[in-house]
Amino acid sequence: MMNLGPYAAFILGAYGAAALIVTAMVAWVVIDHRRQARALADLEARGVTRRSERPGEATR
Amino acid sequence: MPLIDLANPTRFLALSGRLLPWLAAATLIVFAIGISLAVGAPDDYQQGGTVKIMFIHVPAAWLAMGCWTVMSIAALGTLVWRHPLADVAARAAAPLGAAFTAMCLITGMLWGRPMWGAYWVWDGRLTSVLVLFLMYLGVLALWRTVEDPSRAGRAAAVLTLVGAINLPIIKFSVDWWHTLHQPASVLRLGGPTIHPSLLMPLLIMALGFLLLFLTLHLAAMRNEIMRRRVRTMLMLQAEAAGH
Repeated sequence: MMNLGPYAAFILGAYGAAALIVTAMVAWVVIDHRRQARALADLEARGVTRRSERPGEATR
Repeated sequence: MPLIDLANPTRFLALSGRLLPWLAAATLIVFAIGISLAVGAPDDYQQGGTVKIMFIHVPAAWLAMGCWTVMSIAALGTLVWRHPLADVAARAAAPLGAAFTAMCLITGMLWGRPMWGAYWVWDGRLTSVLVLFLMYLGVLALWRTVEDPSRAGRAAAVLTLVGAINLPIIKFSVDWWHTLHQPASVLRLGGPTIHPSLLMPLLIMALGFLLLFLTLHLAAMRNEIMRRRVRTMLMLQAEAAGH
């Protein structure tokens, strides 16, 4: 076991807090991606398309 | 491919989709090297083992300012060139910037208690970084308040550019005022004053944090483009239902 000396609690606390924040950022991005992908798939399944995806309409 | 082609959200989605797995893998590899170097780094003669906190505190501080710099460049893109991806980039960077600023403040407090005897002091550096954190929250609140993304983007761009005044204040606060926070020891004229045994893990961890930001920023930009597509499609659906 690594010896972090008398300030071990502060060092581990700092690394723990950083790990928690990084995990939260990754979770936010992954969950948001799933939510948007599901919403897009639902709309496409219902036949809703953007104007740029309709034949004969100008791209946006 | 000319750089201007990336202004097209569809091309951006295709290219970023190919780039993301490589960036994520590079982030993991660099962090694995950085953390092993950080664990094996010697204690500082003054700070003891708490110098290990610097390996996350300093990169988080650089990214806290870096994210606002990215947002400021994007704000110019929104206001001057009306670049289609500019406020997408700014909106995706803001929560990441807030998170890195929170990380900087928390790790700084956990370093300050054993070294200064206090979690917090109202000196120029700490206070200006706290102001930066509050500005991130302000920009995020503004985006949530205004429903139309392009109007919200323009308002947030103005706020971002005004807030950019805080960046040189943060950087030079340790030179302008007598602060408890130490002056710059890496990014300074005359080169770093840190011993190579401590500088190397710091720089590797900083590279890891930069790669993490690039990975998350690209992924968040993709999410934001998808969110705007969902919004457009919902509006078209409502429009069609009204006819």
